[in-house]
Amino acid sequence: MHPSSYGKIGLHLNINGEERTVTIRPADTLLDVLREHLGLTGSKPGCLNGDCGACTVIVGDLPMKSCLMLAVEAADHQVITIEGLNHAPIQQAFIEKFAFQCGYCTPGFIMNVHALINRHPQADCETVKEWLKSNICRCTGYTEIEEAVRSCLLP
Amino acid sequence: METIGKSVYRKEAPDKVTGAAKYTADVQKPGMLHAKLVISPYAHARIKDIDISEARKMPGVRAVLTGQPTPLVGEEIRDRPPIAFGKVRYHGEPAAVVVADTPVQAQAAAERIRIAYEPLPVVNSPADALRKDAPLIHENLEQYEKGVMTYAEPNTNIASRIRIRKGDAAKGFSESDVIVENRISFAPSDHAAMETRCCVAEIAADGTVTIITSSQAPFMAKKIISAAFGVEIGKIVVHAPLVGGAYGGKSSVQWEIIGYLASKAVGGRPVKLDYTREEDLLTAPVHIGLDATVKLGCSKDGKLLAAEMVYLFDSGAYADKSPNLSRAGAVDCTGPYHIDHVSCDSLSVYTNHPYPSAFRGFAHSEVLFAFERTMDMLAAKLQMDPLALRRKNAIAPGHTTPTQVLLNTSNVGNLPRCLERLQELMNWEEGALIRLSDRKVRAKGISCIWKTSTIEPDASSGAVLLANPDGSINLVSGVVEIGTGTKTVLAQMLAEKLRMDVSRIHVKMEVDTQTTPEHWKTVASRGTFMAGRAVLAAAEDLIRQLKDIASRVLRCSPDDLEVGGERVFLRDDPKTGISIKDIAYGYTYPNGNAIGGQIIGRGNYILRHLTCLDPETGAGVPGPEWTVGAQGVVVEYDRRDHTYQILKAVSVIDIGNVLNAKAARGQVIGAMSMGLSFGGRETFEIDRNGIVLNPQLRTYRPLRFGEHPEYIVDFVETPQLDAPFGARGVGEHGLLGMPAALANALSLASGTDLNRLPLTPEFIWRTKRGTSHDSV
Repeated sequence: MHPSSYGKIGLHLNINGEERTVTIRPADTLLDVLREHLGLTGSKPGCLNGDCGACTVIVGDLPMKSCLMLAVEAADHQVITIEGLNHAPIQQAFIEKFAFQCGYCTPGFIMNVHALINRHPQADCETVKEWLKSNICRCTGYTEIEEAVRSCLLP
Repeated sequence: METIGKSVYRKEAPDKVTGAAKYTADVQKPGMLHAKLVISPYAHARIKDIDISEARKMPGVRAVLTGQPTPLVGEEIRDRPPIAFGKVRYHGEPAAVVVADTPVQAQAAAERIRIAYEPLPVVNSPADALRKDAPLIHENLEQYEKGVMTYAEPNTNIASRIRIRKGDAAKGFSESDVIVENRISFAPSDHAAMETRCCVAEIAADGTVTIITSSQAPFMAKKIISAAFGVEIGKIVVHAPLVGGAYGGKSSVQWEIIGYLASKAVGGRPVKLDYTREEDLLTAPVHIGLDATVKLGCSKDGKLLAAEMVYLFDSGAYADKSPNLSRAGAVDCTGPYHIDHVSCDSLSVYTNHPYPSAFRGFAHSEVLFAFERTMDMLAAKLQMDPLALRRKNAIAPGHTTPTQVLLNTSNVGNLPRCLERLQELMNWEEGALIRLSDRKVRAKGISCIWKTSTIEPDASSGAVLLANPDGSINLVSGVVEIGTGTKTVLAQMLAEKLRMDVSRIHVKMEVDTQTTPEHWKTVASRGTFMAGRAVLAAAEDLIRQLKDIASRVLRCSPDDLEVGGERVFLRDDPKTGISIKDIAYGYTYPNGNAIGGQIIGRGNYILRHLTCLDPETGAGVPGPEWTVGAQGVVVEYDRRDHTYQILKAVSVIDIGNVLNAKAARGQVIGAMSMGLSFGGRETFEIDRNGIVLNPQLRTYRPLRFGEHPEYIVDFVETPQLDAPFGARGVGEHGLLGMPAALANALSLASGTDLNRLPLTPEFIWRTKRGTSHDSV
């Protein structure tokens, strides 16, 4: 069967608190739909294989790699992307601690950390490590990111 | 100083934490088509037939491209068809391209292309490539067009050979009491920037070619496409928006050429070519591999007398930058030591591996791994402290480099001082090897570093400053923002020079080759130096114009005026002056007469007194200055299972002058992290057929969060007199000694000389068992 003959479907999504309707292939990933259909290019493709974490968004209250999730799976959930954060403390902390250089992995890291802070406001080092090792940063030595995360956690 | 030295936040910081920052892959254009590659599954094979008939019939397909005999492309040797023609020479080489309406359609059609290959014998290492019976990878090497600094040897696999002959090595060895000889080796690896290479190309009705690309070298892309395809150079406009990590890997021109061909095939419509991660690792240029031998001779008290090196750089299937890499490795072939007798042959050798581009450090971490491992072996043989051996031989003003450049207090930093600081920071006095338990030891390893920037002798950089009607200034420079924060540092320099607030300087982030003055390439830690000089020159020009117009308004000599705080005022009566905003667009008198016009400052800089190297001896001036430093690593090593943890990594670098404290520290730590990752874990696993087995970030694994050690960074400040505010290049240097220092620490800890990379527990185990890397 040719790709063009796959039937397209209409889908309602809740992205950053807004109801959005898209017409997509059922096989489209959430990342494809965010970037190509909704113009939300803050979520970055890095591997399309769940290895790098650059495409991380928050679905419900958990960080999810949007390249590993079909858009249709997001239908009944609240999805938050980097564009949906409004002066979250971790955004400012990333600036103040110099926790990025090229900035490409940054949205994924920030979304992951934002979910972590909400779920585990007093996370210990091991928990932080467990959560953040799903993302790769190639520019920093991670210490600056670690400082930014710590500055947003309760003691 | 007001702004220099301060940790000013990056100008593009708000965009980068909100998802607003735009990279090449974020670009969408009306009517944009999508290209997908078909890549070679073989490392070396003849292409017998390509059947595109089924692919052509697939829905949405607008064009299918296959290789042509000409033109050939390549930066130093034009040896590469942009799409393979006749044969493929590496695993991952583009063999065909499909252009379709959507990426999904392009991919579906790409899978319908049938290519019949006839496998050829594979050259799997530089050493194999030099064997008499080795297959020739380029039969036509003699006919290829070559750069002036490339010394190819036709009818062999040698793409270039650089010779360094300083003093008389044979004499040096005959006078030596102690001699060691060592071999090292590592396979190619990768930059693995988080943003994969991507471009969008289109051709307008008047023939203007527009390319948006994730590149460190937009100006080079323009030159190469013009030269290869005969497009008038002024009609090529290359845009480089923010780049998502580069590390040298985006200084080669490859994907842009394919994008241009794809657009041409569909009548100039915009076409996006976005490499998958697998293509980014395999197809795009990689980090060079090296086989090397190092022989050192010294007196019995440890004075180095002679060094003889053979460096065989793995040029892979095509030359591109490898002749320059072997040249850069040659000019600093010894590490930062004073040695009277030096002989080095540094070759770039064709193999059937993916071909290299620059990698952060440009051949220096590679050569230093070979040299600094051998220094530790020499220290062991002498029964001398490895730090003391290095201090005794440390390069200093008055000494000469391997290419016989006489060093002075400006063009080289203070290595002895760096070593002293390293000794303190690593608590060297407690000993390098400490037993913790029956299983565990703690061990320390060190490495000295140095680097000059061997960029083209005629490389230049320009800057333009535009005054705004509110008195703020726009800064336009050809430096690409690849993550190093250089454009923010340039704004700091300008703020310092104009004595104004850095927040009032607006930096143009995107480079486009039509309106941005050329900056040769954003490489070689040259951004702050060359673009900095250009910005300072432009600031002088701006100040001259400001004073000129103000002098007429204020009815005084321009010589009586000063600029600061967005005003031009009398030096001896600062209250008498005029705001820049009132003259930025010219001055209007009360009766309506006007003078002047928008103030536009321009400046440029070209490196001075660099020379080509003598082909027989290598004598010549390859770069403007040498940044030096000393680095160390502390590991905790398990003697039973050979696992280890890196506890600390230390860098002391003579940076000249710190321009932005946190940004400089961030550059050094980031580079150290990359160096530890390269030394400890990163490599392409290449099988006997030349196939790369791990082209994914699941199997090619850079350091992750939590695997990082404690980083200690300290700076020595010996100003480089002709650099802006005395600052030396520092973007690469944190990386340079990390592989060697890690190998020295682990060699000490394991009691075995470890001379290959990466230093995985498995490799250490195999070395201790005495079996080779490749067999079980």
